[in-house]
Amino acid sequence: MAHETAHHHESNTKRIWIVFAILSVLTIVEVILGIVKPGFLVHTDLFSMKLLNWIFIILTIFKAYYIAWAFMHLEGEKKGLRRAIVWTGVFLISYLIFILLTEGDYVYEVFKSNHVAWDF
Amino acid sequence: MDATVVRTGTEGKSWGGGNEPLKASYGKMMMWFFIVSDALTFSGFLAAYGFSRFKFIDSWPIADEVFNHFPFLHGVDAPMYYVALMTFILIFSSVTMVLAVDAGHQMKKGKVIFYMFLTIIGGLIFLGSQAWEWKNFITGTYGAVSTKGGNILQFVDNEGHRVALADVAQVMPTERVPHTRESGIWFEEGAALPTYTIEEIKAGFAANENILVRTQALTEEGEKTILSRQESLKKLDAEAVGVIEGANLTQNEYGPPLFADFFFFITGFHGFHVFSGVLINIIIFFNVVIGTYERRGSYEMVEKVGLYWHFVDLVWVFVFTFFYLV
Repeated sequence: MAHETAHHHESNTKRIWIVFAILSVLTIVEVILGIVKPGFLVHTDLFSMKLLNWIFIILTIFKAYYIAWAFMHLEGEKKGLRRAIVWTGVFLISYLIFILLTEGDYVYEVFKSNHVAWDF
Repeated sequence: MDATVVRTGTEGKSWGGGNEPLKASYGKMMMWFFIVSDALTFSGFLAAYGFSRFKFIDSWPIADEVFNHFPFLHGVDAPMYYVALMTFILIFSSVTMVLAVDAGHQMKKGKVIFYMFLTIIGGLIFLGSQAWEWKNFITGTYGAVSTKGGNILQFVDNEGHRVALADVAQVMPTERVPHTRESGIWFEEGAALPTYTIEEIKAGFAANENILVRTQALTEEGEKTILSRQESLKKLDAEAVGVIEGANLTQNEYGPPLFADFFFFITGFHGFHVFSGVLINIIIFFNVVIGTYERRGSYEMVEKVGLYWHFVDLVWVFVFTFFYLV
């Protein structure tokens, strides 16, 4: 438990380096995918977004999880504190993304299909 | 005893405020409060970026084409390598930070100093990298032509490689001189003139058969549309009104001005976080050096500033994905 007095702590160095390795591998995978852009991932759509972009987002969330759990030490905090932090963010951000992206798509449709020329 | 360990005289009394139901100290809790609210701020920015991108979903710039510089590799197309490097620098400085926290738990002052020093260096390198990235973005590479409708047109050769304005323009004698302070009544200057006038670009384009116009519209393949020679001539003649070199808040040679605005705002706000993180790290670093926490008997301050530093890294992971990858 990180928050108790500092004296009976065993070192977590090994875990830190493992997490660093995981984060590095995930980043390298992202960069390689971003440069190669495999055709089948670009042309396959899942819920109206490219499969490649889904992979990027999922890998990002994985990275965020490791940073928050291992580096920011959420795994050692009380469940109540952890949930207060994580769920607040997750719910509010999901709502924000949903509403803004829906609205952005709507504006796009208006631009595309109404009678005003936007490119002249 | 000291500033961060406050004794209220109510220890152990459940309703006196003296106990810690979440087993986190006041300072750490407040750092988490701040981080959660700051995370929501960044989400607001990134979601607004998403909004604008969905609004221009069929004409947004392709990040690989915009951010393709690497130090000492002039003219080499190196998409993403540089940002990937920056990401590594920041992740690694996060690792050294967590190692400093770990050393603090074991009350090893020397190790804390060493790892915090590395963290600060990592943060400074990241800031420098970001400045270089901004410099490339602001200077621009190829330049573009702006249209009446506020869009831009870029130039490519027959193989689809980008062509810079300098290779298109036909230099002609021009009457126009920059408006300087001396020549006006109210001692105001005009905006700096672009290197080439739109007439020079149009003349040069008409004279060179091998150059085509590329519009912002994305094809099915996710690439920019390249017009035929006939269409190119027609479009340039009918719509082009100005010359754009580089990017600023009002015009941008890469695509919609919004793209540059979000780039400056989001990476700038993140960079400001890194900058303040470095400053706070330096303060704590000196506190460690003079032995403040050794005397206090706890390195919790290192842990708190560490939380902030990891958060900055966490935000960059998302900025990296949504600005450079997706």
